[in-house]
Amino acid sequence: MITVGIDLGTQRVQVVVLKDGTVASRAQAQSGFDPTKAAEQAVDEALKKANIKLSEVACFAATGSAMDMAPYEAITVSMMGADAKAGMFLFPKAHTIIDVGAEEARAVKCDERGVMVDFVVNERCAAGAGAFIEAMARALEVKLEDMGPLALKAERASPINASCVIFGESDVVSLIHRQESKPEIARAVYDAMADRISSMVHRLGINPDIVLVGGVAKDVGFVASLNRKIGVCVAIPEYPEYAGALGAAITAVTRAKEAKK
Amino acid sequence: MKEPGSLKEVEFWRWQEYHRIMPNKKWTSKDLITAGVDVGSVGSKAAIMINGEAYSWGITRTGSNSPESATKALDYALEGTGIKANEIKYIVGTGYGRVNVPMANKAITEIACHAKGANYIWGPSVRTVLDVGGQDIKAIRIDETGRVVSFLMNDKCAAGTGRGMEVFADLLQIPIEDIGDISLKVEKEPEPVSCTCVAFAKTEAMGLLRKGWSKEKVLAAYTRAMAVRMANLINRVGLEKELVVTGGQSKNIGIVSRIEVILGVKCLPIPRWRDEGALDPMVAGALGAALLAKALYEKAQKS
Repeated sequence: MITVGIDLGTQRVQVVVLKDGTVASRAQAQSGFDPTKAAEQAVDEALKKANIKLSEVACFAATGSAMDMAPYEAITVSMMGADAKAGMFLFPKAHTIIDVGAEEARAVKCDERGVMVDFVVNERCAAGAGAFIEAMARALEVKLEDMGPLALKAERASPINASCVIFGESDVVSLIHRQESKPEIARAVYDAMADRISSMVHRLGINPDIVLVGGVAKDVGFVASLNRKIGVCVAIPEYPEYAGALGAAITAVTRAKEAKK
Repeated sequence: MKEPGSLKEVEFWRWQEYHRIMPNKKWTSKDLITAGVDVGSVGSKAAIMINGEAYSWGITRTGSNSPESATKALDYALEGTGIKANEIKYIVGTGYGRVNVPMANKAITEIACHAKGANYIWGPSVRTVLDVGGQDIKAIRIDETGRVVSFLMNDKCAAGTGRGMEVFADLLQIPIEDIGDISLKVEKEPEPVSCTCVAFAKTEAMGLLRKGWSKEKVLAAYTRAMAVRMANLINRVGLEKELVVTGGQSKNIGIVSRIEVILGVKCLPIPRWRDEGALDPMVAGALGAALLAKALYEKAQKS
């Protein structure tokens, strides 16, 4: 059976094609002004890669903040539900999934069947999401991809107001004027984010097997700070940014089977 | 979009720095001169009092160096008064940078100073003070003498603060001093935005403008959301009349009028600070500090 999961995020659209229980292909596109079109393009690309025709797809499922704009009459899956399914699929022992994206962070707890039982969402505040790292990288005048390696060089974190992006930006500017070390500033950014995320996880009850997904999972600086805060090493899949799409594709399998009956 | 502080043709965020000497007031060397210096995250304010009466004040932008900002504000308040710094008997430092006020005899929290200052500006009927500063929002309950009964502060979040408003002014390219009036230029009040995060507003407000919303409508939706946050804070501390607003945002009629609508109460009228002889609620903290300085000086003299 072939299903397609589409994750329509604020910055990017990710697509996963699932064929008989394994990932056949992935593709992504910038959300831009027309997420529907972006999703169509990404689906098209992913299907081509897997050499699958649109008509062969049994079910499309969409998740993400713009899931209502998904093409191909996709069914919708909550972002927390998709996280839970993907987490279980990737690491069957893990019952806690942390998803840190560009604009949102979530912690989801699921049972052994991958059904979500509880979750905590970071309210719409940029200080707990990838947007914070981007803003601080701009203020520090370093490339986004260099932020993580930079933070790893620091032994300590500088004292900045890292609870709000707006205040953080002005703090960073004055710290740079005082010629504070950039690695320490970068580390402060990650430490503050990790503080927020770890307190979310603690609210769900800590569990030694934790999966980290979402685009920010690829950031070594964030991962290092998070591991320090939580005190366990989180597991990270090879393509963490595709977890939402994967979770949707898994849910689509169940739906398609139900429909057949 | 450039950040405030960077060079560009028009700096929409920039608000007016000014100083004022109260008319028809004289002083002699026999008078007790005290001062309050309130170094906030965005503005530095200093007030001079003669025998516990407001005499002059100065408001400047806080720079990256707190001690320098404190000195600048005090010098500005003294400008044209003929008073020399060494003639001031007692100085209280307050605000976010209060520990960095080099000339202060004592540092006191801005909560106590705003309470005292609100009592001085509006009189003993004030029971609730909403102080909206550059980087935080405080709801303060006070008694008839201007003493703090209880208070609540928002988490460090720019939504609704002076700093957040500066970012908005730049984003929408509206001079900051007009932002309140312009936010009221809507036929129908739009629904408040669901997300007040100023960092996200940079992209979300642009999205609304692209959808065809007017600047006024975007501003109204954000101002409304911020007023809701402030009203919630007031409700949590417990609203008791009379209510007043201090700090830089007291000048934002868009915020003040919406808080009144949400809470169903009128604030005591904001003094028309541009008029000669009127007090400026942005200086409430510095005025309160100067009053507390007088009390501390007199106490020290007695003992």
